[in-house]
Amino acid sequence: MAEGQRRDFYAWFWRAPLLVWQLLFFVVPLAFMFVMSFWLVKNYRMTPAFAFDNWAKMLGWNIFWSSYAYTMALAVAATILASVLAFPAAYGLAFRVTDTTRRWALFFLIIPFFTSYLVRVYAWQVVLAGNGVISAMLGWVGLGPISLLNTPIGTLVGYLTLSFPLVVILQTISLASIDKTLIEAAHNMGCSPLRTVFSVIIPAAKVGLIVAGLFCFILSFGDFVSPYYLGGSKPPTLSIMIVDSTKSGQQWPRAAVIAVVMILSLLAIAFTAVKFAYRRRG
Amino acid sequence: MNTEKATSWALYIYIAIAFAFIFTPIIWSFIFSFNSDRFPSLPLGSFSLKWYQTILSRPEVLEAAWTSLVVAACSSLLSTFIGFCTAYTDYRYSFLGKQAYLALAMLPPTIPLIIMALAMLSWLAQIGLSGQVVSIIIAHTVLGAPFAMAVIRLRLNDMDPNLEAASWNLGASEWRAMREVVVPFAMPSIIAALCLTAAVSFDEFAVAWFVSGLNKTIPVVILEILQGNVDPQINAIGTFVFVISITLIVVAQVLMLSKGKKEETAQ
Repeated sequence: MAEGQRRDFYAWFWRAPLLVWQLLFFVVPLAFMFVMSFWLVKNYRMTPAFAFDNWAKMLGWNIFWSSYAYTMALAVAATILASVLAFPAAYGLAFRVTDTTRRWALFFLIIPFFTSYLVRVYAWQVVLAGNGVISAMLGWVGLGPISLLNTPIGTLVGYLTLSFPLVVILQTISLASIDKTLIEAAHNMGCSPLRTVFSVIIPAAKVGLIVAGLFCFILSFGDFVSPYYLGGSKPPTLSIMIVDSTKSGQQWPRAAVIAVVMILSLLAIAFTAVKFAYRRRG
Repeated sequence: MNTEKATSWALYIYIAIAFAFIFTPIIWSFIFSFNSDRFPSLPLGSFSLKWYQTILSRPEVLEAAWTSLVVAACSSLLSTFIGFCTAYTDYRYSFLGKQAYLALAMLPPTIPLIIMALAMLSWLAQIGLSGQVVSIIIAHTVLGAPFAMAVIRLRLNDMDPNLEAASWNLGASEWRAMREVVVPFAMPSIIAALCLTAAVSFDEFAVAWFVSGLNKTIPVVILEILQGNVDPQINAIGTFVFVISITLIVVAQVLMLSKGKKEETAQ
């Protein structure tokens, strides 16, 4: 009995830290945020309540819904763009280079995650501005000056800066782990390379490709830096609304409403994507 | 055969363009940090170190650098400890609800940082822990733990389960087997996890900005420069951060690889 108890203690010693920390500082904060969305703000002070005022206010507000549609459209656009643009690169890295080269390429693709995203956004600000590098280069060939700053294109450039390296990494890994005999079999049976890509490689790597897209969507959907500093915040995205209502408006409960709506949307999309990823081909 | 080769070359060029897109902002920020112009444009101004001098003469930047270091050190230790415990639990035990346990471990990276920031701020304010250096440490530990767990779990994958059992049979207690078998085996990944989580903390700005109050970290200072009078000192700070982060990552990478190789040759 004592021996059993000692074993239990040993097991729980390793199991407990995650449970305690993530419950206290991850699950509870998210749950509390949900509760807070029903609280009221009176004279700039939050008071506990169970009122639907914030929900009614936000969900009945036209600007909220146009923001929602705009954020969704931009994040979907970024996901499609990143997935399509990353694919040829991932294909090349998975099938047309040596293992060593691929390892180096993946190493270099990790580097951007450890350079400040804010600094990279600032660099894009300078590069995309009307008097910036791109405009100057377009000027040499007789176009411009054009400013891509404060346009949806600016925002998309920022979203891709954030997510493109990750999408390439995840796609490369999932393509590289496809059973090579499948591809050889397709070749031997006279399948053209392009058709091999669409009817053998993409279906075989479907799960990884969808997960890559999903991560791009999550990153873009929640980012407030690019839509603000590259997109000009016209109109604001949901993430910018959270920042504004928390930082300047002291409207934490309303920010919580936006955050809960965002989480529910992400859950719905993640669920659909995973279901689609594991659907059997009929 | 010829079309095959042509496709390969087209793909190589495409990959080069993709990398160019990824590295354009990184390289430009590096160049702008040495460029004298207040508003950089082409053609570039002259070579200058004045942006580096500017940041070194601002006490709040140095203060933020110190806060960043403290936060990165503490949160990387905490999240690596939690990550190790979780990785070992996953390696060693199977129990009812393990799926949920692992989901809890891996979930934080899927929640957008701005939402984590709001949730953290409101909860920590509620329990009287917001606006302090400790608040940032708590939040960054949550964000770092899944990465530490993943890195250490990968390493434990390579450990023969019989190794631990053998040391028990030889009379070692579970604690002693942990100390003398499991921890030494996992050590490279533990150090790699420390570096990785320190780098994650060193770069994170959204949550730090919300919960930090007056205790700014370096990324929060960068965000504030971006909001106010933008000038190229942002690139100088960015270059510093980059050098530190990349050093951490290279150390982590080298540790993971070199240890792996030694064992390959030994076998």
